[in-house]
Amino acid sequence: MARMKFLCDAERCIECNGCVTACKQEHEVPWGVNRRRVVTINDGVPGERSISVACMHCSDAPCMAVCPVDCFYRTEQGVVLHDKDLCIGCGYCFYACPFGAPQFPQAGVFGLRGKMDKCTFCAGGPEKDGSAEEFVKYGRNRLSEGKLPACAEMCSTKALLGGDGDVIADIYRHRVMKRGAKGAEVWGWGAAYGKPEGKPAAAQPTAGAKS
Amino acid sequence: MSLRSAVQRVMAIAMVGACAVVLTGCGESSQVIRYQQGKYQGKTDSKPWDNEPSPFSASGLTKGDRIAWETQIKTRNQNQNEYQRAE
Repeated sequence: MARMKFLCDAERCIECNGCVTACKQEHEVPWGVNRRRVVTINDGVPGERSISVACMHCSDAPCMAVCPVDCFYRTEQGVVLHDKDLCIGCGYCFYACPFGAPQFPQAGVFGLRGKMDKCTFCAGGPEKDGSAEEFVKYGRNRLSEGKLPACAEMCSTKALLGGDGDVIADIYRHRVMKRGAKGAEVWGWGAAYGKPEGKPAAAQPTAGAKS
Repeated sequence: MSLRSAVQRVMAIAMVGACAVVLTGCGESSQVIRYQQGKYQGKTDSKPWDNEPSPFSASGLTKGDRIAWETQIKTRNQNQNEYQRAE
């Protein structure tokens, strides 16, 4: 099995924030901490694109490189996790991460910055799998339950794919081939979901019909 | 040995010593910190298939059965491919 990866199809993402909600609910993430968020470019302008962003579980993770207490580790499945018992909440990982994935709870007074929290690929952390301690510190461990991350499995348009990197790359490749369009034609609902062979990409709605 | 030659000898030794100390500043030691990957210092994590199945676990999983776990993950991976589900 290859490394676990996320892949977001910007053609399909409809900015519903279902992935964000699923993550929040699954792990009971505290207020002010967003392990996943949806970023929209050119919001409100025709051609806007949205993409769901969280920790990308980098193969050569900058957060691991800069951590002064070496609290990060990578699992056999390629998931980048950290030990909250070691984390000192310095924030170096936040500066190093190109995706802004590390989050810091600010529950206290005087700008208190707590221990870092981030997407775990629903793989928990270095506590006993499925234990209460693991849930409190890192959230639910779906991977040990034989499940994929909640955000990807909940995505209604299947814009967000999560799992074995080779497999989701194949799914995406197959999807793009089905679209059949090239260059600037690769845009919009019809292009995103493909079309039956020899048929137009999307039927035009009739006048007065609901779109 | 006269007093003058003794003083000259001491001064010569002192000069040689001072030169040696001053010359150490001309060394070519690297001024750049060489990065070295640190090692994880925390607790060890268990494998995802190496735990007792919970009531929430997918069916067919047993402790230590890596093949069953990978099969479950592969199935769920393909559930994300609606082309395969539809065709």
